[in-house]
Amino acid sequence: MVVASPLAAYLLVAALLFAIGLAGALTRRNAILVLIGIELMLNAANLNFIAFWRYGPHPEALTGMMFAIFSIAVAAAEAAVGLGLVISIYRHARTTDLDQMNRMKG
Amino acid sequence: MSFAFYLIVALTLAGGLAAVLLRNTVHCALALTVAFAGLALLFLGLDAQFAGFAQILVYIGAVAILVVFAILLTRSSEAEQEGVFSKSWLVGLVIAAGVFAVLGWAVLASARALPWQAAAPIVTVRDIGNVLVGRYVLPLEIVALLLTAATIGAVIVALHEKERTR
Amino acid sequence: MAATPISVTIDQIFILFRDWLVHFLPVAVRPFAAVVLGVIAIACVFPGLFALTTVFERKGLGRMQNRLGPNRVGPFGFFQPIADGIKALTKEDVIPFRADAVVHFIAPLVLVVAVFMGFAVLPMGRNMVLVDMDSGLLFFFAMGASTELSVFMAGWSSRNKYSILGAMRAVGQMISYEVPLLLSSVSVVMIAGSLSLTKIVEAQNHYTGIFPHWYVFTPWGFAAFLMFSIAATAETNRSPFDLPEGESELVAGYFTEYSGFKFALFFLGEYLGMFSISGLGATLFLGGWSAPLSFLNVIPSWIWFFSKVMAAIFIFIWMRGTLPRLRQDQLMNFAWKFVLPFTLLNLVVTALWRFMGEGWARWVVCTAILALAYVLMGRTGMHRKKIGPRSYRYAE
Repeated sequence: MVVASPLAAYLLVAALLFAIGLAGALTRRNAILVLIGIELMLNAANLNFIAFWRYGPHPEALTGMMFAIFSIAVAAAEAAVGLGLVISIYRHARTTDLDQMNRMKG
Repeated sequence: MSFAFYLIVALTLAGGLAAVLLRNTVHCALALTVAFAGLALLFLGLDAQFAGFAQILVYIGAVAILVVFAILLTRSSEAEQEGVFSKSWLVGLVIAAGVFAVLGWAVLASARALPWQAAAPIVTVRDIGNVLVGRYVLPLEIVALLLTAATIGAVIVALHEKERTR
Repeated sequence: MAATPISVTIDQIFILFRDWLVHFLPVAVRPFAAVVLGVIAIACVFPGLFALTTVFERKGLGRMQNRLGPNRVGPFGFFQPIADGIKALTKEDVIPFRADAVVHFIAPLVLVVAVFMGFAVLPMGRNMVLVDMDSGLLFFFAMGASTELSVFMAGWSSRNKYSILGAMRAVGQMISYEVPLLLSSVSVVMIAGSLSLTKIVEAQNHYTGIFPHWYVFTPWGFAAFLMFSIAATAETNRSPFDLPEGESELVAGYFTEYSGFKFALFFLGEYLGMFSISGLGATLFLGGWSAPLSFLNVIPSWIWFFSKVMAAIFIFIWMRGTLPRLRQDQLMNFAWKFVLPFTLLNLVVTALWRFMGEGWARWVVCTAILALAYVLMGRTGMHRKKIGPRSYRYAE
């Protein structure tokens, strides 16, 4: 597929990766796979930031790259907390199947 | 776009697809690692060296390992009984396809107006360091606070509590 | 001492040889060909050193244990690696029936590839670095972090309880010691002002009188070097931190189910990891390719680099033959309660060193702080942990 500018190519790749991550987060049963989908979405957004930083005006302002680096750090923290939550839920419900967690009563 | 770009994009998308479609959870986590590696290569192709190496160090070196440890500790590596997709998978797929359609249309419709700086920016690690303690010192401190809170929180949430008498 | 033309020629002999070979090719292909030749050189030299190190280790350990090592094959047993290589290549490759064949196959490949990549940024002599990256140190640590996942893949795909236990222990250990490894390198980066390994070596390549300005000869550098060595020993799963592959404990840990060539690849990966982390330690703290005394600069720089790496390997072998193995909880305890706080303190002391200015005052202050901290933390931080009844630790 020939696109007019390389930036459009990177944006399309990021959009596709985002959609794949979203599909994974919305359709899988296992809680950990939902988290995997979320990580893919975060990565797609990072790719967007870096692509705009590279091809946009004033790339020496470093804003795009710094945002992506902070986003990587925050995503690591979020993965840690999310997986801690999944482990805690497993300990309670003995399963990570999200379709079975349909009651609020503990 | 060069052949290397298409190859890396194919690798990343294949990894992403495998991460959400495979049956075995550990295979999904390993495919996710391939997707992370592909993304790091894309960052390197965009002359963002620090971001690319940070991606490998943090995502592959830490997040992927977290994910596989969580899979092992919740016994998700054993075979699924009822199938891996939830009952409402079609709705999820339609939503994801809709999101991609909207984003893709937005990119293609504005392709003419997108900026295109041909020269690669020259960014040294020294510049990043200067900017981290200069212009972006507040986000840096907030991220430090966030990481501390997240570490303590994750440990407390996943802590193995003693047996309570019922 | 001024370098004579002939010593410069010998010093740069590999670079000159590479340039002469590349000269035969068209101009457009030359940079690519130069890098490919460098890769071929690394891919030949370090596995060759690996073969030599296996026989040194076995003979060295043997002598430390009051016995001869292998002495049948060749003069004094020095052709033993050839015999080992033939054995590894011709052994049957057994994959367990229930093992995950694809992951089982690619785990040793991922390990070896990730470890080889680390050699790309090490400056092995004057002008002798394969890729001179601005953030070379970060690249090295990124490649080191990628090896942990291959260890897990090897252990999990074997579907063997010993393997998975060994893999989880190994990954836990590697993650715990990775933070002190990085933090002790950050001290060096603070003083040198760059993440590029060539610039770090050049910052150490000065002499006052005849003594070099290596970072290991400063108080913070010495402390950082000690912590780096401990963390490096743990990262490469060497004794006394080799519980994950302890032969008397876990059969062979995460590579129990590997035989033949794949086992040889794991072995290769482990030793190459040792070489690359020794190379990094030599670059960061021991001045890389610079000579220890200024008048010894006539000896080529690459000889100094490889001597330092082989000295570090000798110390690894010495530690293996001497120290007993640490238990898993002792190992993790040590990492989080001693090495990490000490490394953090070392960062503060490094900053103090930098801002106190030249003179004898900073030597006294920094040495006093580090010695006091070492004594206090060593005495009070290492409580004996009570071992309770065994509990099975799934997340329930």
